Amino acid sequence: MDSKHSILIICVIAAVTFLTRSLPFLIFPGSRKTPKYVLYLGKVLPPAIIGMLIVYSLKDTEVLLSSHGIPELVCIAVIAVLHLWKKNVLVSIGAGTVLYMFLIQQVFY
Amino acid sequence: MTQLNKHSKKIIPALKAAFPLTIPVLTGYLFLGMGFGILLGSQDKGYGLFWTLLMSLIIFAGSMQYAAVGILAAQASLVQTAIMTLLINARHLFYGLSMIEKYKDTGKKKLYLIFGLTDETYSLLSSYKVPDGIEKGWFYFFVTLLNHCYWIAGCCIGNLIGTNVSFNSDGIEFVMTALFVVLFIDQWMQAKNHLPALTGLLAAVGCLLLFGADNFIIPAMLIILVLLSIFRKPIESEKQSHGF
Repeated sequence: MDSKHSILIICVIAAVTFLTRSLPFLIFPGSRKTPKYVLYLGKVLPPAIIGMLIVYSLKDTEVLLSSHGIPELVCIAVIAVLHLWKKNVLVSIGAGTVLYMFLIQQVFY
Repeated sequence: MTQLNKHSKKIIPALKAAFPLTIPVLTGYLFLGMGFGILLGSQDKGYGLFWTLLMSLIIFAGSMQYAAVGILAAQASLVQTAIMTLLINARHLFYGLSMIEKYKDTGKKKLYLIFGLTDETYSLLSSYKVPDGIEKGWFYFFVTLLNHCYWIAGCCIGNLIGTNVSFNSDGIEFVMTALFVVLFIDQWMQAKNHLPALTGLLAAVGCLLLFGADNFIIPAMLIILVLLSIFRKPIESEKQSHGF
């Protein structure tokens, strides 16, 4: 293994990752007044991005194979009902995750 | 001394307020981190604890670190590495864009907040308001720091125990989906206008079907940006008519 090259690879990944996180702050520094359009985006992007992240976290689900995404759909429905009913984040997430693990380990394997 | 006291009066309550919100991320990062640590350690070239610690400490990006295992194995060129990182992490551009106002006036902590802006930290901080009486900068700082610690711990534990573990953790990664679903519902209930949430969800589903799992995120981001710009007038006027 070429340790030197590996270290360089890791540093490049770290630097570019930091760049993607910091670029908006460099373009719109806190010292200046933020444009209204960006303020608007700051309000409407979070729900849009979290919607996108739900899909992102499920992107490798094999809809055409084996379980056809049924465990995912069932668990999301259970989480939604629990969360609207109990309004307790940890209960919703805990129950949804345990149910998912049970379904893919014992029912749809 | 008084300086210290004044400081700790801000710090401890902020830590106490931050911790409960991060518990779902604690679970997710421990197990996803372990997955990464095991994967990195099982490479035949022997990437041990030093490498695991270094990567989780300075990269702190889940899916990117998984991709990095392949990049290291192939000993890819630095230019290739930079391009791959840019493609995988482009979604982070959005996070900064919507945190510009929130991260204002956070002083020296701002640099670390930006460094630690992962999917999960972003989702938590964009969903929850800073609790009453808690200093904003320290609250954001501790949510970020706790998540970072969970991630480092998970990665290192995974690397140390390697493949000796027998606990069947298949499906534990769903904890992240569950977190996003819960935060999505919370934001949905708070919002007067559901167009932004629907835009994000539908654009992502549409692009996933069109472009496939490896290439959908950048087109989805562009479509979200374009649609939210087109709908700006109706969304903003509706907000005003509801007393915003």
